[in-house]
Amino acid sequence: MSKLMTMKQAIRRFVQDGDTIVIEGFTHLICFAAGHEIIRQRRRELTVCRLTPDLIYDQLIGAGCVRRLIFSWAGNPGAGPLHALRRAVEHDIPHSIELEEYSHFGMVARLTAGAAKLPFYPLRDYRGSDLPRVNPRIKTVTCPFTGEELAAVPALNPDTAIIHVQRADENGNAHVWGLLGVQKEAAFASRQVIIVAEEIVPESVIRADPNRTLIPGLVVDAVVREPFGCHPSYAQGYYDRDNDFYVRWREISQDPGKFNSYLDEWVYGVRDRAEYVARMGAACERLKAGDQYCEPVNYGY
Amino acid sequence: MATDYSANELMVCQAARQLRDGEVVFVGIGLPNLACNLARRLHAPGLVLIYESGAVGAEPKRLPISIGDPSLVTNSLSVCSMFDVFSYYLQGGLIDVGFLQGAQIDRFGNLNTTVIGDYARPAVRLPGSGGACEIALLAKRTFVIAPQSKRSFPERVDFITSPGCVDGRAGPAMVVTNLGCYEFVEGEMVLTALHPGCTVEQVRENTGWEIAIAEDLKYIEPPTAEELRIIRGQDLQD
Repeated sequence: MSKLMTMKQAIRRFVQDGDTIVIEGFTHLICFAAGHEIIRQRRRELTVCRLTPDLIYDQLIGAGCVRRLIFSWAGNPGAGPLHALRRAVEHDIPHSIELEEYSHFGMVARLTAGAAKLPFYPLRDYRGSDLPRVNPRIKTVTCPFTGEELAAVPALNPDTAIIHVQRADENGNAHVWGLLGVQKEAAFASRQVIIVAEEIVPESVIRADPNRTLIPGLVVDAVVREPFGCHPSYAQGYYDRDNDFYVRWREISQDPGKFNSYLDEWVYGVRDRAEYVARMGAACERLKAGDQYCEPVNYGY
Repeated sequence: MATDYSANELMVCQAARQLRDGEVVFVGIGLPNLACNLARRLHAPGLVLIYESGAVGAEPKRLPISIGDPSLVTNSLSVCSMFDVFSYYLQGGLIDVGFLQGAQIDRFGNLNTTVIGDYARPAVRLPGSGGACEIALLAKRTFVIAPQSKRSFPERVDFITSPGCVDGRAGPAMVVTNLGCYEFVEGEMVLTALHPGCTVEQVRENTGWEIAIAEDLKYIEPPTAEELRIIRGQDLQD
């Protein structure tokens, strides 16, 4: 049975006020299209999880969707701070948010435990750091075999994961290449999964290269076709990161007026991603990826 | 020997000279990325660059603006998940050198990338740890590249994101700033070399405590023409 639906339908059905959600993707494959739809549908009181909150969570926070942020590095990669996040933390604008903070390894470990349905994950980390002092959920555990004291972080099991991929079939079997981040762990850890794909392909394309399937359809609830859905993030082999926009965001997010104008024009002012892409016009062409194909492999026996 | 170079260029050269051929380096963007690429083109062609985004043996054809730049993937040796990066590579003991940066570093080598001021009500909210905490604890040697001022060199950081010389640990192998070079002796930072043209007085003025000075204080060798040629080919920005 096809799980295909529009972004509007997927967010309406799988993201509710008060939910815990994760939109993953380490620089690569960050689904801005989903974030914008969440803002348009004016979801509130969300707990949002991500290693690197990035611009899309800055937008969610500035738009008033977020109550709590679970993260490990909150910046504009290569271009400075996230000013909407800073306004919320430093000045309670538009309202205060709660922070639950780890390191990257701690976040990876939380999602890994969540995916494996373990209560926690042990790691050699945090000794001498102030992070456990401000986050009581970072604890220690004694190894029952060696007596070694290890750090431990609790499983993270979000309500919904939103994962952007290069291509998927209509059941959500998803091919991903390039940087993989923690998308697989996030998908298996979450109760519901939305796959957003640059292209919907026949199941035969997936079956022709099964090693490239990062997320299997059996954990997927919704499949959305959304070309250019990551912009200003990127999709390897499809389009490059819009570094100019990341640099420009510094100026936009710093000024609440400019921030609101941005949302009015590019989020509230468009019906969906297709309209956003149409408004981008020729800029999309500029970001189109060059070609570099690999040698095919032989799956025969 | 070149005489016309920036402090950043000298910092990159000094960091690059510490890297040994064949080492595995956990590299960040900005100056550490330049230092690794410089070392690779000179004395350490066998240096293996691993980015926390999962690119192993990356050979980027352009200067990556972010740590997850697509140019790190194209032609790399392997692309792995972040679980692999942190569990198998870093915690697994495969990383020889890690680079760290920070808004503050203190007398004991502790680094702060979390908050200036109180954690609950910060004057400035900084990005946080990212991978820095575990790099500080799990890489065999760490190098810190940081601009130096009284504010960025307090006696104690406002928040320890990445621990330095605590629990008898050695702390960073070297701190390189725009004024000089520092190492840790018995758990405390010691000035070991000055940039040409910089003075001990300048260092004292830009350090938040009475800094220890090595008896055999040296000057850092200025960049060679070859080093500068390579660095400038990489579009280093001040």
